[in-house]
Amino acid sequence: MIWELIQANKRKSIMLMAVMAFVLLAMGGLIGMLINSKNPQNGAMFGMIIASAVFAILTMISFSAGDQILLSSSKAVPITKEMHPQLFNVVEEMTIAAQLPNMPKIYIIPDPSPNAFATGRNPKNASIAVTAGLLSRLNRDELQGVIAHEMSHIIHRDILYVTLAGIMLGSIVLISQVFLRSMFYSSMGRRTSSRDNQGGGAILVLVIAIIAAILAPILAQILYYTLSRRREYLADAGAARLTRYPEGLASALEKISGAHVPMETANKVTAPMYIIPPMVKDKMAFAGLGMTHPPIEKRVAVLRKMTHGAAFSDYSEAFTSVTGSKHGIPKSALADKEEVQIRDSSRESSPSKANQNKQMRQANDIIRMVNGFAFLNCACGLKMKLPPNFKAKQIACPKCGTVHNVN
Amino acid sequence: MTALWILIAIIVLLAIFIIGIYNGLIQLRNQVDNAWSQIDVQLKRRHDLIPNLIETAKGYMQHERGTFEAITNARSQAMQAHSVGESAKAEGHLTEALSKFLLTVENYPDLKANTNFLSLQEELSSTENKISFSRQAYNDSVLMFNNKVQMFPSNIIAGMFSFGKKEFFEIDNAAERAVPKVQF
Repeated sequence: MIWELIQANKRKSIMLMAVMAFVLLAMGGLIGMLINSKNPQNGAMFGMIIASAVFAILTMISFSAGDQILLSSSKAVPITKEMHPQLFNVVEEMTIAAQLPNMPKIYIIPDPSPNAFATGRNPKNASIAVTAGLLSRLNRDELQGVIAHEMSHIIHRDILYVTLAGIMLGSIVLISQVFLRSMFYSSMGRRTSSRDNQGGGAILVLVIAIIAAILAPILAQILYYTLSRRREYLADAGAARLTRYPEGLASALEKISGAHVPMETANKVTAPMYIIPPMVKDKMAFAGLGMTHPPIEKRVAVLRKMTHGAAFSDYSEAFTSVTGSKHGIPKSALADKEEVQIRDSSRESSPSKANQNKQMRQANDIIRMVNGFAFLNCACGLKMKLPPNFKAKQIACPKCGTVHNVN
Repeated sequence: MTALWILIAIIVLLAIFIIGIYNGLIQLRNQVDNAWSQIDVQLKRRHDLIPNLIETAKGYMQHERGTFEAITNARSQAMQAHSVGESAKAEGHLTEALSKFLLTVENYPDLKANTNFLSLQEELSSTENKISFSRQAYNDSVLMFNNKVQMFPSNIIAGMFSFGKKEFFEIDNAAERAVPKVQF
């Protein structure tokens, strides 16, 4: 049952927290030993006390405000139904399909690159954020697939894990960087006095500390990344089951990965949360990011192989035939013998979104809307976009000269 | 004396057993009712949307009176339905009439460009999705409830307090299959 799956995820979250705590404590101890080289034992104690205080504060922050930190660092803006009825409706549909107690909060990220992520503590306090570029590119079925993928992350409790890991990873990277930098400066000043100490032990500690400071973030990152790969396959399987239409997500993934628009609002810590790793201008900062997500072609191929049904067992079969591996879906998810029939594609009412210029214009309109712009449609067909700080009561259409009242 | 105590103990145990099963039945029945109200909200929403939809489309589609009439009839029948089975059947007809209508809309590009119509259509298709997704949850809880009502020993308690079986919300599959599939 799904329940066991959730339990497994909770266990993993606790394990991750334990590993993070251990890394933090070890780092604190080593740093303390290094700073107080005359009395290394006291130094280590002191460092570890500081480290556990840091850990406690971090845990508190990431539980109470982790989702808000990640959302605001992505510049996500909360929306109402009037701002984007279709997005709102699709999230409502998936909430019903997933039988969640209440609807997740919906955010739009004002970015022309197509992407989406979910965050939160539990299904009751969850949020889904999608970019303006995603909304302008995908049709209804594809959007439903993406939202269902995020909804699956919420049901499987991936969101808590990823939010915790995100905040923890971010702070470990930060602390070790601060330490490396301070080491660099203090070692210059200390060189003269070090000859007086019996320096052999101190140098050894120094070397270990440097190694730890370099290794810790790498280790944390590896842990974070390897665990999130299977989550993506599982969320894909969940999305197929919720929508009963694997093709929707498959073609959405293709469109998102084919967009090649760099994302301005993503960073090293939030990147693994997205449905597809965002493309960023500064490639170096994201080296090795491919590890967080399985290759998109494989994800699409597995979804397209699902022709008999949309249950977890169908996904598992498709997964085995595409990758040759038998360990895509945890056994606990397959215990439920259920049959989920694939439905037909829905009628597409909105005009074709194939035109690239049109997509960009639409994405920009959504970004303006999110940023509080008002829209005025003139009878001549021109759409005027008024910034939020526009104060005048009337405006003349620049094309035909008709005067409009601004309310 | 001891015999009396044993008798009392047996009666108390039996009472606890019966209360437990009874409460379980009540809980499941409430679950079914709750799931039904979820569907009902969406069905009502669909009934409310239809007059607006027809009003908007009428101006553009003057030669499609038959289609409009079919929808209006199906709607009023669906609104009169009392039992779950009746309602499921009538709603199935309404779904069918609506999909025929939306296929005809393809011939009226002016209507398809009307923003008011587009937003109504978005609401309608979302409502239909919500109906089909909540139908799943409803039928699951009905299955659980019916199993309890029919299986031993809970069937005895169900009979004592007259818990009846609940109806599934099954859309007529033949009607659903008859809807022509269109690729764009």
